[in-house]
Amino acid sequence: MDAFLLQLAAGVATGGIYASVALAIVMIYRATHHVNFAQGEMATLSTFVALTLIQAGLPYWVAFAATLAVSFVMGTLVERLIMRPVQHAPVLTQVGVYIGMLLIIGNLTGWVFGYTTKVFPSPFEGHGPALGGLISAHQLGSVGVTLAVLLLVYLFFTQTSLGLAMRGAAYNPASAKMVGIRVGRMLALGWGLAAMIGAVAGMMVAPIVFLDPNMMLGVLLYAFAGALLGGIDNPAGAVAGGFLVGVLENLAGPYLVGTELKLTVALAIIIGVLVLRPSGLFGRIVHARV
Amino acid sequence: MEGVCGKPPIRPNPADASQPARGAAIRLRRYLPPVASLAAILAPLWLLEGFHLFQLTVAVIMALAVLGLNIVTGYSGQISLGHGAFFAIGAYVTAALMSHAGWSFWATLPPSAALCGIVGYGVGLPALRLGGLYLALVTFSLAVAVPQLLKHRSLEAWTGGVQGLFLSKPEPPPWLPLDPDQHMYLLAVLVAGCCFWLTSNLVCSRIGLALMAIRDHPVAAEASGMDIAALKTRAFAVSAMITGVAGALSAVTIEYVAPDSFGLPLSITLFVGMVVGGVASVLGPVFGGLFVLFVPSIAESISRATPGVVYGVILIVFLVGMPDGIAGLIRRAAQRIGWSAEDRTT
Repeated sequence: MDAFLLQLAAGVATGGIYASVALAIVMIYRATHHVNFAQGEMATLSTFVALTLIQAGLPYWVAFAATLAVSFVMGTLVERLIMRPVQHAPVLTQVGVYIGMLLIIGNLTGWVFGYTTKVFPSPFEGHGPALGGLISAHQLGSVGVTLAVLLLVYLFFTQTSLGLAMRGAAYNPASAKMVGIRVGRMLALGWGLAAMIGAVAGMMVAPIVFLDPNMMLGVLLYAFAGALLGGIDNPAGAVAGGFLVGVLENLAGPYLVGTELKLTVALAIIIGVLVLRPSGLFGRIVHARV
Repeated sequence: MEGVCGKPPIRPNPADASQPARGAAIRLRRYLPPVASLAAILAPLWLLEGFHLFQLTVAVIMALAVLGLNIVTGYSGQISLGHGAFFAIGAYVTAALMSHAGWSFWATLPPSAALCGIVGYGVGLPALRLGGLYLALVTFSLAVAVPQLLKHRSLEAWTGGVQGLFLSKPEPPPWLPLDPDQHMYLLAVLVAGCCFWLTSNLVCSRIGLALMAIRDHPVAAEASGMDIAALKTRAFAVSAMITGVAGALSAVTIEYVAPDSFGLPLSITLFVGMVVGGVASVLGPVFGGLFVLFVPSIAESISRATPGVVYGVILIVFLVGMPDGIAGLIRRAAQRIGWSAEDRTT
């Protein structure tokens, strides 16, 4: 029973990270109807930036904030310079551009920062295990940070006029433009926010899986599974899906398939969702008029 | 105006037998391209040797794999980011049957292709009912998961686990005065040639036209009575089979299969090759295959990361600036100098 609870707690901790990346994916999906395959690579780059700042002697939380700022700028630049020109291009072009970005960002990260695996510090270390040994201090801390991010994002979208404008721009760009919302600017803002959320996820997962240029590939896969499970156009659903996938992954490891097949679990969840309930648990079924 | 699938549009025929000079020109125009391409395909047998011939063989194999991807992504407009998985399945079936069961190479081709077709059908079935995005997601995950599956304990008896499997090239028959490298090149060209011929027939057939109709206007296609999901899934299965055959060829050419050579990078390589060679073109994959073999080895001489960066930049530049790839460039050039389009398809 203890082992089960341990796995459950670990599942919630990693689930928070998947939930963050899934949220970043869903935010871009709602605005562009495409999945950003380079989301993981962007988060890895942000994490390397954070490591460089920390090694330069900045305190952890200062480096954290600076990394968020850098990630925001990176996200908006990607939207302005790379995605904007292909906004109306065919699907193949857009997916291809995402893949191109994945290649460029991933390999540049390796080129600049090296391919060796690096240890990334955790701000919560040195507090010892918490909740009666059930969960490590870092896991508890990362759940806290993740929940704080999710709460902030929720408040931003529901309580501020900028959040409302962004939702409007994503939901119905034409009408939003007519009431005076700068749709293009909202899109860039959305990319910036998604990059920031991804950066938080990267910094929280790096102490667990260690930092290397391919760190986020597995996380990205689980985030896809989480986003699909929750419903790819529903942010709250994606968050729930992310947590659920984290728990499923950690329970399936020891009880079902063994740890070598962890990525296959993500694939199985994705295919399972598409077979049984393509709109996800909380998604809406989209009807199109022809 | 270009006719559908290379059949010229109906127009008055200016060249008659009464004008012998023009007749000769037309004969030249008709027979020169096939003769020249046959010569270009066979010349390396004697001009190149050893490692260079091996490289060219690999390029032919990559071209075949890209051709498979092109059926699903180019002709039916569904994006697959995981064709490396089918390449892996084809390679592993051939390697396992040859090294464990002692089958000959030719005998392993049908089971390789069949298994790839079945897996392709199974993966495509849930995803292709839905929008295009879902296939991209599923195939992307498949590409990431495949090396892990190949390493798994329960398959280790067949796949050799992390170590992979060693096998050896088929020996050239005694009546053929070729060394094993030359024989392998000929074999690859032969198999690839058959697949290219079959594919060009497929895309020019009723089914190929239906696929293109679905790609270009799904609503109109469905209204004309086409079963969209069934056609797309079958196209995906065929494309998986062709890429699987390429994988089988690669296993015997390289004489070694290992799980980590079949990950996401391979799938992305095939995707880049397709875009650079020319989407929805039968000729395009040839250029794609040559590109993915030779450009990275040139770029690698600068740094380990450069092939990836170069790939990424070239991919975006082609998609934005030259979406019909090298094949499109050649087609336009050929039209400009007055030769009829060599590529038979739209």
